[in-house]
Amino acid sequence: MLIALYIMLGLALLLGAVLGYAALKFKVEGDPLIARIDAILPQTQCGQCGYPGCKPYATAIANGEADINQCPPGGDEGVHALADLMGMEYKPLNEQHGQTKPKAVAFIEEDVCIGCTLCIQACPVDAILGAAKHMHTIVASECTGCELCIAPCPVDCITMEIIEETPDNWKWKYPTIPIKAVINL
Amino acid sequence: MNAPINLAGLLKKTKDVFRFHGGVHPPENKAQSTQLPIGQLPMPEKLVLPLRQHIGNIPKIKVAIGDYVLKGQIIAEAEGAVSAAIHSPTSGIISAIGEAIIPHPSGLPDHCITILPDGKESWIERHPQDWRTADIGTLISSLRLSGIVGLGGATFPTQIKLGTGKAAIHTLIINAAECEPYITCDDMLMREYHAEIVCGITIVQRLIGASNTMIGIEDNKPEAIKAMRAATANTSIQVKIVPTLYPSGDARRLVHLVLGQEVPHDKRSTEIGIQVFNVATVLALYRYFEFGEPALSRVVSMTGNVEQAQNFEVLFGTPLVDLVKAAGGAKADTSHFIMGGPMMGFHLPSENVPITKAANCIIAASPTLFEPPPPAMPCIRCARCADACPVNLQPQELYWFAKSDNFEKAHEYNLFDCIECGACSYVCPSDIPLVQYYRYAKSEIIALDKAKEAANIARERNEFRLARIEREKQERAAKHAARAQGAKATEATIDNSATTDKQAAIAAAIARAKAQKMKDALPKNTSNISDATKAEIAEIDARRAAAGLTEQAKDKQPAVANEDKQAKIAAAIARAKAQNANAATTSKDAPTKLSVVDADKQAKIDTAIEPAKTLKAAVAPAPTDEGNTKPVADLEKQAKIEAAIARAKAQKVAALKAKEDQSKE
Repeated sequence: MLIALYIMLGLALLLGAVLGYAALKFKVEGDPLIARIDAILPQTQCGQCGYPGCKPYATAIANGEADINQCPPGGDEGVHALADLMGMEYKPLNEQHGQTKPKAVAFIEEDVCIGCTLCIQACPVDAILGAAKHMHTIVASECTGCELCIAPCPVDCITMEIIEETPDNWKWKYPTIPIKAVINL
Repeated sequence: MNAPINLAGLLKKTKDVFRFHGGVHPPENKAQSTQLPIGQLPMPEKLVLPLRQHIGNIPKIKVAIGDYVLKGQIIAEAEGAVSAAIHSPTSGIISAIGEAIIPHPSGLPDHCITILPDGKESWIERHPQDWRTADIGTLISSLRLSGIVGLGGATFPTQIKLGTGKAAIHTLIINAAECEPYITCDDMLMREYHAEIVCGITIVQRLIGASNTMIGIEDNKPEAIKAMRAATANTSIQVKIVPTLYPSGDARRLVHLVLGQEVPHDKRSTEIGIQVFNVATVLALYRYFEFGEPALSRVVSMTGNVEQAQNFEVLFGTPLVDLVKAAGGAKADTSHFIMGGPMMGFHLPSENVPITKAANCIIAASPTLFEPPPPAMPCIRCARCADACPVNLQPQELYWFAKSDNFEKAHEYNLFDCIECGACSYVCPSDIPLVQYYRYAKSEIIALDKAKEAANIARERNEFRLARIEREKQERAAKHAARAQGAKATEATIDNSATTDKQAAIAAAIARAKAQKMKDALPKNTSNISDATKAEIAEIDARRAAAGLTEQAKDKQPAVANEDKQAKIAAAIARAKAQNANAATTSKDAPTKLSVVDADKQAKIDTAIEPAKTLKAAVAPAPTDEGNTKPVADLEKQAKIEAAIARAKAQKVAALKAKEDQSKE
C-alpha cells in the first residue's frame, strides 16, 4: 500500500520535472495565435478594422478586444477562417467597417500630381515612388489597394483601378450544369 | 548467383516497350485528315500575332504601328530567361498593336500585333549556321532569336530545353506518338519531311550530347513508321513502336513506354538524363540552323466537321476562318471549334482567333460529332477513373476534395501531378466532368498561393516600414541629444580656456575701432591746404560742434532717441523725489545730503532732457488733427506710468530714509 503510494509520488515528481523542463526548453517565442491570425488577414494594412494595421488587429483579436468580422478586404472567407481558428461562431461582416470590394490598385494621374509626398507618407507598404516636387507613381505589384493614399492627396489625383481579368490571372470556373430555358406553350 | 540477374536483364532487353498504368483507347478519327498531303494556305488578308504564344514571359514589342516589316523580322523579342521571340511571318505593314481575341480557354482578349501582308514575301537576311561544326554554345544561344518553342502543345521555349547543362543527357526521345484522336500533323510531317526530321534529330543529338536516341511512334501510323525507319536506316536512331493507348504522347508516359523507366513525380526527365522533343520542334530546329528560318509557321490538322479535313502549313497569326475556308468550309451544323484534341482541347471563343504556336489541331465540332455531355450523376465510387489514370492518382478522391473546395487535401493527394489528360472523365460511368474540377481546383490553389505570397510581401514591407520609421525616430532623437551635448561642451571650453584670449582679442578690436573712429573724426584731405584754411576749418568745426550738427552728433541721434524715454522716467523720478524731499522738509528736518543729491540730479536730468526734447521736436512730425487721439492716449499712459514709478520711488526713498534714521539712531 505504502510502496504503491511512494511509486506514484515518485512518478508524479519525475513527470512533473520532465514537463517543467520541457516547458522551459521548448518555450514558444512570441504568441503563435497572433501569428496565425495574422496569416489569415489579407495584409492590406488598410486600417478599416479600426486598428493601424493587420498585426495590431490580429493582436486585438487574440486578446479578445476586437471582433472577427471587422476586415472587409478579407471578406466572408476571412471571417470563416477566423471563426474556425478562434472557435467562434461565424458572423457576417460588420458593415460599419466597410464592404468587401474587388481587388484594386491605386493609380496616380501623373499629369496632375504636384509631388507633395503626402501619399508616400501614407502608404503602409512603401509602394509609392517619388520625391518632393517630383511626380509620384505607384508600384502596382506592391500596392495592396488599401486606399490610404487617396485621402491625403491635395489634388485628388489618385484613383483606384480594379484589377481586371486577363488570360494571366484567369481562373477555371467551378463546373456547373447549364440550365436550358424551357419554353412553356 | 549472377544468373537470375542476368536473366532479368536479358528479359528486360528483349522487351521493346513497357506499358504504363491506365490509359484509354478512344476512337482515333485520324484517317479523315491523312487523305491529302500537307496543304498550303493563300496569304490571309491580315495576320494577328498574340504576344502570349508560349510559356513564360511575354516578349517585348520591337515595332510600332505603320512600320514595314520583312518576313522573318523579329517583331517582339524574348524578355527574361523563359521567353521566346515572335517574328513577322511575312512582309507587310504593322496595322495595329493592341488587344484582340486569342485562342485561350478564358475567351479574353490579349496583346496582339496585327500585320497587313503586302504579298511580296520579301525575306529579311537569313543566317544559316553550320550546325555540324559550329560551337555548341553559340548555336544554343542563337536559338533565343529563333522563336522556336515546343510544338507538341506545351510551347516551352526550346533554347532552355537544350541549354540545361546541369545533368548530362544520355537519352534523347523524339515524341511522335501523337496519341490524341483526330490529330495527324506529326504523322503527316513524318511522311513528308522524314529526311529533314532526321537531320533535326542529329542537330539535337549534337547540341545535348545524347548518345542514345529513340523515336516513339504509335502503331496506328504505319506510313510514318515506314518513312522514319527508312530515313534512320543508316543511323543510330531507333524507331520505337508504342501501342496505341492514350495518353502515350505525354512525355513521362513516353519515357516509360520506351525505356521502362519512370520519371519521379517531383523531378524533370532531364534530371535523370532524358530529354524529350516533339518531332515538329526538331524539324523547326533543322529549318532554323540549315536555312536561318525562324518559327513562322506550323502544320495544323484542320479536321472534324469540315468538308475536306486536311493538314495545312499555316503561318502564325492566320485567322481560323481562313483555315476553315481552306478545308472546304465548316458544315452547316458546326456548333463550335476546338483547339487541340477532343480529350485535352478547349472550346475556341470565336472563329476569328489566330493560329498560334500551340495550335496543333483544330476540330470543327457539331452535336453529332461530339454529343453534348449528359448531366453528371453522383459518383458511385466505382474507381474506374483510378484504373484509367496514367499517373496513378485517385481521381475519385481528388474529385471529392475539389468539389468541396478542400484544396489543401487535394494538394496532399498530388493534384498537381494530374496531367489533365481526361482519361478519368472519359471512363466515368456517371459522366462527371472530372478534369474540369481538377482544373478549377488547380487554378484556385495557384490563385490562393499567389495571394498568400502577395500578403507575405505586404507584411514584410509593412514591418520594414514600421521598423524604418522607428529607426529614423531614434536616429533623430540621438542627433538632437548629440547636438545639445555638443553645444554645452563648446560653451564650457570657451569659459575655461579661451576666455582670456578672447577678451584680449575683443579689447584689441575695440581699441582698433576707437583708433579708426578718431582718425575718421579728423578732417580729411588736409595735407595740401594752408594753415589759414586749416584755422578756418577748425573755426567752422567749432561752430558746428556748438550747434550740435557734427557727424558725431548726428550719429548719436538714435541713441538719444532711445534715451528719451529713460530721461523722461528719470525726470519723473526726480520730480517725485523733489516732492518727497519737500514733504520731508516740511514734516521733519530734511537731511541736507538728500537735497544736495537732488539738486545735482535735477541739473543732470535737465541737461539730459534738453537735447532729447529738441530732438523729439525735430524728428517727430507735427501731430495732425487726426493723430491727436493717439498721442493723448499715449500721454495718459505715460502719465500713469510716471505716477506709478513716482510712487515706487517714493516708497524706496521712504525706506532709505527709515534705514538711515535707524542707522543714525
